Amino acid sequence: MDPTTTESPSPTTPAAASADAGRPAIIEVEDLDFYYGENRALDGVSLAIPSHQVTALIGPSGCGKSTLLRCFNRMNDLIEGAERTRGTVRIRGVDIFGPEVNVMELRKRVGMVFQKTNPFPNSIYENITFGLQLQGVRSKTRLDEAVERSLRAAALWDEVKDRLHESGLSLSGGQQQRLCIARAIAVEPEIILMDEPCSALDPVATARVEELIHKLKQEFTIVIVTHNMQQAARCSDRTAFLYLGKLIEYADTQTIFINPSDSQTEAYVSGRFG
Amino acid sequence: MATPAEQFRRQSTAIQRREKVIVFFLRASAWIILLAGATVLGTIAWKGAGTLLQPNFPFINITFLAEAPQTLHVFELDGETVEMSDQDFREFRAKLAEEAAASGESAIVPDSTSYVYAAGGIFPNIVGTLLLVAGSMSIALGLGIATAIYLSEYARQGSTVRFIRLAILNLAGVPSVVFGLFGFGMFVLFFGWNVSLIAGWFTLAFMVLPVVITASEEALRAVPQGFREGALALGATRWQTIRRAVIPHALPGILTSSILGIARVAGETAPIMFTAAFIMRDKLPWEVDRWFDFFFQGVMALPYHIYVVSSKIPQNEYSARVQFGTALVFVLLVAVIASASLFLRHRIRARQRW
Repeated sequence: MDPTTTESPSPTTPAAASADAGRPAIIEVEDLDFYYGENRALDGVSLAIPSHQVTALIGPSGCGKSTLLRCFNRMNDLIEGAERTRGTVRIRGVDIFGPEVNVMELRKRVGMVFQKTNPFPNSIYENITFGLQLQGVRSKTRLDEAVERSLRAAALWDEVKDRLHESGLSLSGGQQQRLCIARAIAVEPEIILMDEPCSALDPVATARVEELIHKLKQEFTIVIVTHNMQQAARCSDRTAFLYLGKLIEYADTQTIFINPSDSQTEAYVSGRFG
Repeated sequence: MATPAEQFRRQSTAIQRREKVIVFFLRASAWIILLAGATVLGTIAWKGAGTLLQPNFPFINITFLAEAPQTLHVFELDGETVEMSDQDFREFRAKLAEEAAASGESAIVPDSTSYVYAAGGIFPNIVGTLLLVAGSMSIALGLGIATAIYLSEYARQGSTVRFIRLAILNLAGVPSVVFGLFGFGMFVLFFGWNVSLIAGWFTLAFMVLPVVITASEEALRAVPQGFREGALALGATRWQTIRRAVIPHALPGILTSSILGIARVAGETAPIMFTAAFIMRDKLPWEVDRWFDFFFQGVMALPYHIYVVSSKIPQNEYSARVQFGTALVFVLLVAVIASASLFLRHRIRARQRW
């Protein structure tokens, strides 16, 4: 492993990244260090994520990709001893670790879909309206509209429109995950974070979710963490490869998979380690 | 060489004999428990039925369930043994005196033997026990669930919280009579609440709090982390998350544990004998002058009544009737309350499960 390549700043600077994508960056990470107690999870990560694109974070287990993802909506706050020690994350130019940031508002704008499908054990309808009801929306017509719009956007409407009041847990695994996506969409976020959304799904359900991800980027910016390199190759526009808490390479997905500039990236995407 | 048939033939080896002995002991202990339980409940049911049931319509002794305890008078009249409650006996004597006055003779009042609490019923005791259970469980569940939520959802999991948990667990091992003394010193004397419902409520509540807190924490922990993350990721505050995505799913578990609490609260005698229970009280709990007097009155209670009629009055066939009748009603009452909470839990479960 050539140390000069890993430390090379050129592919990781925000300016370079956004120029590459040809779109304005919506999330800008600068020199981010993150610790779990004594363990360093992220080490000087800088990258810029363009809006209305699918950005994949790949890397072997423990490389920090989930940590990075969970920095974007500050879900790491929940873990005791988890702490950002250096660097900033800006979303639309606002430092989300700043003292004046309302974390609840941040999470409304940065939605999240989890690895383990986690619909609430309530009806499908209540699952979708959960976020809106938190915001105090009581109007039946508005809630009904939101349910239909979100389920349609999550390509689930036709399958569940006749049983909206059945438990969300009566759905199959793939449907549950799309329900979770619909639930995230319902509060109209700008960004949707997905933490290995397909790792518990069978190939057919995975294909449907990937198709959905592809469609959703019209409306949302999507950041997806995945273990599955084929998935990153299939559904993302940009790919970031992390290893041991460092961002090794960040470029167009095609470049990463066909012509990576770093030898570690090449070894990983060709399946030689990880 | 042995043929296969011989190889697998049943043989009485040492291992197999030991196996049989072990199984015998395991089975025997299960049967002993069953037998003991059946004997206890059977005795209460058999002897209590004599008091609670009657051979003619309406088959249930309504007097026993609907009236206050009275003294029983037993006397000879025209060669027959007559049993009369104190109230009836007074009327009977008054009638005799009236008749005697009308005819100008002096009244002949038969000599009677009286037995305390052997007549009438146990209505005030049932009411008292229900009030004690309702009040103390409300306090215990309110305080207990709040504490459990704080400890498991908010507090930093460090050595302080571990120490608090240990203290709570130890509290569960404190004998109930000690809680009685604590309640007596704290609520009855220091707070000046005297022997009252409210003193009994708090004493009983403190007694079951450890059980409620421990079980509530367990129930909260059993709610999948995914529900919390899902709610938080939608922009919920900590409390919104707990209120809407955690508590509803922990409630069945909390209720299950509170059933145990109900049985204990209803059954303990020691904590209420210094703090809330009266041996005898003529007024019913709702017969108060001002509404807040309600909280500061002592009540009669079933377990304490059993204690009184079994050990504080002369023992005879008449007191035995009350003892077993009260015990049967008491057991049935606890069973009804417990099944009501089971039913409630079932209803909540049916609505939401994961």
